[in-house]
Amino acid sequence: MTNGDSSYPVTERLRARCGDGVIECHAHRGDETIVVRADCYHQAVQFLHDDPECDFDFLSDLTAVDRWKLRQSPRFEIILHLYSSRRNARIRLKTRAQDDAAPTVDSIVDVYPAANWPEREVWDMFGVRFAGHPNLKRILMYEEFVGHPLRKDYPVNKRQPLVEERHIPDDRAGMMF
Amino acid sequence: MNPPTFPSIPVETTPSVPGTLTQRVMLLNMGPSHPAMHGVIRIVLALDGERVEDADIEIGYLHRAFEKECEVVGWGQAFPYTDRLNYVSPLINNVCYAMGVEKLLDIHPTERCAYIRVIISEISRITDHLTCIAACAMEMGAMTPFIYLMKAREYLYELVEELTGARLTVSYVRVGGVKADLPAGWLERLDKALDLVAIEMEEVDRLLTRNRIFIDRTKNVGKVSSDVAWSLGFTGPVLRSTGRARDLRKDEPYLVYDRLDFDVPVGTVGDNYDRYLVRMEEMRQSTRLIRQAIRQIPGGAVQVDAAGHPLTGAQMVDAAKMGMTADLLLRTVRPDPTLEGTDKTSAHRVNAPDKTTVLPPKEDTYGNIEGLMNHFMLIMEGEGIKPPPGEIYIANEAANGELGFYMVSDGSGRAYRVHCRPPCYYLMQGMDRMIKGDMIADVIATFGTINMIAGELDR
Repeated sequence: MTNGDSSYPVTERLRARCGDGVIECHAHRGDETIVVRADCYHQAVQFLHDDPECDFDFLSDLTAVDRWKLRQSPRFEIILHLYSSRRNARIRLKTRAQDDAAPTVDSIVDVYPAANWPEREVWDMFGVRFAGHPNLKRILMYEEFVGHPLRKDYPVNKRQPLVEERHIPDDRAGMMF
Repeated sequence: MNPPTFPSIPVETTPSVPGTLTQRVMLLNMGPSHPAMHGVIRIVLALDGERVEDADIEIGYLHRAFEKECEVVGWGQAFPYTDRLNYVSPLINNVCYAMGVEKLLDIHPTERCAYIRVIISEISRITDHLTCIAACAMEMGAMTPFIYLMKAREYLYELVEELTGARLTVSYVRVGGVKADLPAGWLERLDKALDLVAIEMEEVDRLLTRNRIFIDRTKNVGKVSSDVAWSLGFTGPVLRSTGRARDLRKDEPYLVYDRLDFDVPVGTVGDNYDRYLVRMEEMRQSTRLIRQAIRQIPGGAVQVDAAGHPLTGAQMVDAAKMGMTADLLLRTVRPDPTLEGTDKTSAHRVNAPDKTTVLPPKEDTYGNIEGLMNHFMLIMEGEGIKPPPGEIYIANEAANGELGFYMVSDGSGRAYRVHCRPPCYYLMQGMDRMIKGDMIADVIATFGTINMIAGELDR
């Protein structure tokens, strides 16, 4: 994949904006990556979206990584892949949810509406909460599922108890038919 | 589970005036498995008469833990899982996953392999669009186009079967190359098949494009504006139908797309009819791409070396089982889809020369101890492909839009994390906006043109 132009000015601009909120930046195989502190995360995303020099107007992907097996702390990392259609450039923005027991980061649905379902998926699969998400409920697993299956300490062959047959509401107040 | 709430709609408006009817919003569960919709998905519709007031879309019925499974097996063993992501165009998923692992490893496929990958990707795009239009037309009551397009798809599936040994579960692409070179005469047969596909497509074009019923069911239905589509992460034909010419093959060219000439069709208003037209034109463009690739592909068709006493894959395995390996070194194998027939005469053309990631030619695997050990080490659990620690994101233009893989390697033989960005995940996220205000029957048409594939939506 090609990058339209170098993203290093983006890092510099973001550093100027967020100060020491930018923890690290690197490029592996040509993928520019910026890591920001969780308290600057929303501000950084907003800046990358709004700033005319950065102009990242498209969210291609949002996901998370559980770094438990790598013995890195904080444990959960949120990964964003942003694309700028005007500059034809991509960037990866990462942040780390602070509290390992109850990880929470800010929701960015207000900046990128596309983040709605991916954030729900990260909550479902990793148990990372998104503060300010409009509808944070499970998306791929069922409501009664216990645990978060993509966590590294969730065994791949773990069984779940049978759940009771659930009444699927045909209507809200017995109004239908 | 709590019933979905639709705060914007008044639950009940009861004008208790004698002689008037009570108006109520009706909730209708469509799916999870609905006869008029392909794939498992539940749409809870809030209806005012036949008009859709609001919708809640629930997914996850086909979740197979693709990402968790990728962490359990070796990098090379995940290909069968990628086949099953989008089961009407599995070759594109194969290609994208392989490109991701290659980016992690920093190896590059050979030129012939890149052309083969372009050809199979475009075949998949055609089969995907054929299936989409066929299913969509059938769901709107048109049976004939369905049969014609399935016939067209059959011509291509036969070639896919000849090449890979399977029709849907292909697992044809490998890290660093492809399973085997093209069979003799395959490109000529592909060329002829494309003619036959074009005939069927013209038939369907005549049946649907100016068909009054089809136009009434699709025009100005399921509309989405360009800005809304972009902000919701739409890609592929659905985004292009709104007039935005985003195509990864043009914007961020991969493989050899920058050497090929093709147009990116766009729509104007982003309704179901536009999506139909965009898909029809994309199939013509894919045909154009394949024809150019056939002309440009280096190395020509595989000719079995006559002097080397060619034998079939099955014969070679039988010989090796009986210990007659000395003779195998002098022979060449005819590519054979039943055996992973990457033979000595063609392996170097379609596979990267990296011995730590690419399986050796079959003559070596069966004929000498170094080849056998090489093969064994790559297949053995935890011993196979070991990319250096790092992370990459790779995206390519799948039939439905941007298919992306985010991969993290910790340097071991297994993936630390593989995340798949399925194109229709983002499309389904925006579907409630596309059907709001339309009739309940339009839900079927809109759902059809979005082309949801449950396998990649739920993974």
